[in-house]
Amino acid sequence: MVTRRPDRERIVITGVGLTAPNGDSLCEFRENLLAGRSGVTQYETRYFGSTVAGVCSFDELRYQRRKEVRRGTRAGSVGIYCSHEAIADSGLDWENTDRSTVGVYVGVTEHGNVETENEIYQLKGYEYDTQFWSHHHNPRTVANNPAGEITLNLGVTGPHYTLGAACAAGNAGVIQGVQMLRLEECDIALAGGVSESIHTFGIFASFASQGALARNEDPTKASRPFDRDRNGIVVAEGGCMFVLERLSDAKARNAKTYGEIVGYAMNSDADDFVNPNPHRQAQCIRLALKRARLNPEDIDIVSTHATSTTTGDVQESQALRQIWGDNGHTLLNNTKSFIGHAMGAAGVLELAGNLPTFSDSVCHPTINLDHVDPECDLPGLVANEPREIKKADTILNNSFGMLGINSVVIVKRT
Amino acid sequence: MTGADIREAIVDILSDIAPDEDLGDLKPDIAFRDQLDLDSMDFLDIVMELRKRYRIQIPEEDYPRLASMDSTVQYLEPLMKEIQKA
Repeated sequence: MVTRRPDRERIVITGVGLTAPNGDSLCEFRENLLAGRSGVTQYETRYFGSTVAGVCSFDELRYQRRKEVRRGTRAGSVGIYCSHEAIADSGLDWENTDRSTVGVYVGVTEHGNVETENEIYQLKGYEYDTQFWSHHHNPRTVANNPAGEITLNLGVTGPHYTLGAACAAGNAGVIQGVQMLRLEECDIALAGGVSESIHTFGIFASFASQGALARNEDPTKASRPFDRDRNGIVVAEGGCMFVLERLSDAKARNAKTYGEIVGYAMNSDADDFVNPNPHRQAQCIRLALKRARLNPEDIDIVSTHATSTTTGDVQESQALRQIWGDNGHTLLNNTKSFIGHAMGAAGVLELAGNLPTFSDSVCHPTINLDHVDPECDLPGLVANEPREIKKADTILNNSFGMLGINSVVIVKRT
Repeated sequence: MTGADIREAIVDILSDIAPDEDLGDLKPDIAFRDQLDLDSMDFLDIVMELRKRYRIQIPEEDYPRLASMDSTVQYLEPLMKEIQKA
């Protein structure tokens, strides 16, 4: 007999707040995922010039004053917006919540590049005389800045920090929230990830030098995971924060729940700086399944990581084939095809976009799949059009990153 | 720059630093901190903007002289009299 955890150790998602290049709420995001609407647009960046990117248009002033936006970072603004939205969505009585019991765990791929580039660019105008270097540099670039700004804005006095986990950071933020609730380090976790990465030219230039930056006449077609004609990553900004609570607390206040986090895993490739290792990815997936006490065929949807690079998509396909083989029951989709790669926010945004499947029984597709690469032709890949799904109980979310970091989160319908 | 020019320059700087505040009502003889929501980093912004825009160096021991509009103008007048208005 399988021993179930007590409700106090079962962690559920009770609120979702997000901003994506194609939506500033879960509702809008989901609508565009089902309608096949991309959020990728033409974009100009310092030094690098014309490119494409996923740009968000949430209202920065909804939860911040102009002075706060000026003082802080874009990543902070994204995190603040998403956290407020998630709290409102959760139905928590925030006014009467003991803020010392709230923990803030925010995944980031990178932080500090935007501010540093801006400051160096400005300093050039003063002939690199460092007496013109901003006193705001340090508080803006410390790695905890995105999480710290959330605590400042919301008056949270519980623990806060960011998790640097490359493109697995969104999943890592959620995993940290789950663990901290189980350890009773907090009673409410604001957990997720953010990205301000489109505001640094360096990330575009580096991907381009690596031969991994997408180019397309039509920005909406530039991010094309698994497609034969894919040519690289679309960089995106964005954010998604969950309110996570213990099931016992959610039940006590009659909260609506999006799903329960029933399993997760992280591991490392220990192989290459940039190229992924499919065997380690498969090991990570198996570990998450084992912890969730699930078999591969129990998974209804796999939200793939695939970033539209020539190598990475193939490696992930090999890992997925190792687990799911020719099982056509488990469906696979991809969110980066719609919004590009939202870096620290990617994992959690991609998971969030799939959660409504539990109630509407539709699996959103991966778009821009005009000619599937034979090496990525997986049974169950939902191409271009959404698909109705009879059984919608479990979603498995992959996120893999540079330096061989792998993460998997499994959510079950409540 | 005259006293009036300096006053205008300070209001311009404050409007960047405190964009949510209504500066039309600013009392010249009352401390900025008592009228506006300004902290120590904001004061450093004032010092930095004076340095950037007018190449004025203000030693740290003189920072208390920038408490109010009147005291700021009084302090800056001799330092800025040769400077052309931007």
